[in-house]
Amino acid sequence: MNMRLYFLQRASAAILALLVLIHLAVIIYAVQGGLSAEEILGRTRGNLGWGLFYGLFVVTVAIHGSIGLRGILAEWTRLGRRTVNGAAWATAALLLVWGLRAVLAVVGEGAA
Amino acid sequence: MTRELDVKIKRGGDDGGYENFRVPQRENQTVLDVVTWIQREADPTLTYRFACRVGVCGSCAMTVNGRPRWTCRTHVSKVAGDGRLVIEPLENMPVIKDLATDMTGFFEKWQAARGRFEAAISRDDPLVPILPDSPERRAADAAIECINCAVCYSACDVVSWDQDYLGPAALNRAWAALNDVRDGDRAGLLRAVSGDAGCGNCHSHQSCAEHCPVEINPTRSIAGLKRASLVALLKGER
Ligand code: SF4
Ligand code: SF4
Ligand code: FES
Repeated sequence: MNMRLYFLQRASAAILALLVLIHLAVIIYAVQGGLSAEEILGRTRGNLGWGLFYGLFVVTVAIHGSIGLRGILAEWTRLGRRTVNGAAWATAALLLVWGLRAVLAVVGEGAA
Repeated sequence: MTRELDVKIKRGGDDGGYENFRVPQRENQTVLDVVTWIQREADPTLTYRFACRVGVCGSCAMTVNGRPRWTCRTHVSKVAGDGRLVIEPLENMPVIKDLATDMTGFFEKWQAARGRFEAAISRDDPLVPILPDSPERRAADAAIECINCAVCYSACDVVSWDQDYLGPAALNRAWAALNDVRDGDRAGLLRAVSGDAGCGNCHSHQSCAEHCPVEINPTRSIAGLKRASLVALLKGER
């Protein structure tokens, strides 16, 4: 992979390491005394902080996951570079759309 | 009665198979001696490659009992304690015939990785002083004794997965050139090694360093290239 991708993959990994730790800590905290949709939505709805946190999470996952998949496809299959790049872009787009939709759903004020 | 070695030789490339030979065992016998004995005494059509017989030219490498080795400096006693040898051509290069591989692609990648010196000054300019213990000279020293044998290239999984990857030998050579303070095209070199087929593909798993017969560590050289290209990228130099 070229240096730009190399950098993006390492940088996104470094950010994810931190975000995943916070995410796990929140899960452990949130399940104390049961887990309900109201409780979760109560925390996230209209909260810009959590919106930015999970928004960043989704973006770094989309970057990291798609570059990783690109590497696996390039090394483990006989697919050409263009196909591999296409698959990586498609994966990134899909993760972004799904992820950001989910973030909007839990942060937005309207019904999820 | 002389003891005999049980030798299996891979012949005929991908479509070929193995042929068995019984070869008299001798003291201080190298794997290259065994192959030479077979060609002279048993089957003159056996094809292989060698030149110097003393570990300098890098032309005699083959796969010996599953590992790539320089055969002229590999003693049979060291690798075949039980008297059995399986000798095959190197991996990751097309076979020309029997044990001889086509190294064209291997050497083309040296050029693609800019593994050569680009002069910045002419012969009329004064000599550039290079201190023997400067960090650049030391880094170049560690990488410079490569004999172009392609043992590392044959041992690298990433090359076998991705035929475009420049590979350990070419990148190691580029690292030596990058540390030559007289080299006039640093930016061009970093461009050459940091593209899609370049140093970013290395998994750092050190198979190359493990097998290199002259104890070069291409993994370390490639790590140096990664660092240098990353810094260049972040500084916007390329
Ligand atoms: S460390 Fe890098 S160059 Fe060396 S064998 Fe592994 S992937 Fe190949
Ligand atoms: S780095 Fe070592 S193994 Fe690789 S070509 Fe040079 S001498 Fe051979
Ligand atoms: S024949 Fe020259 S290195 Fe082995």
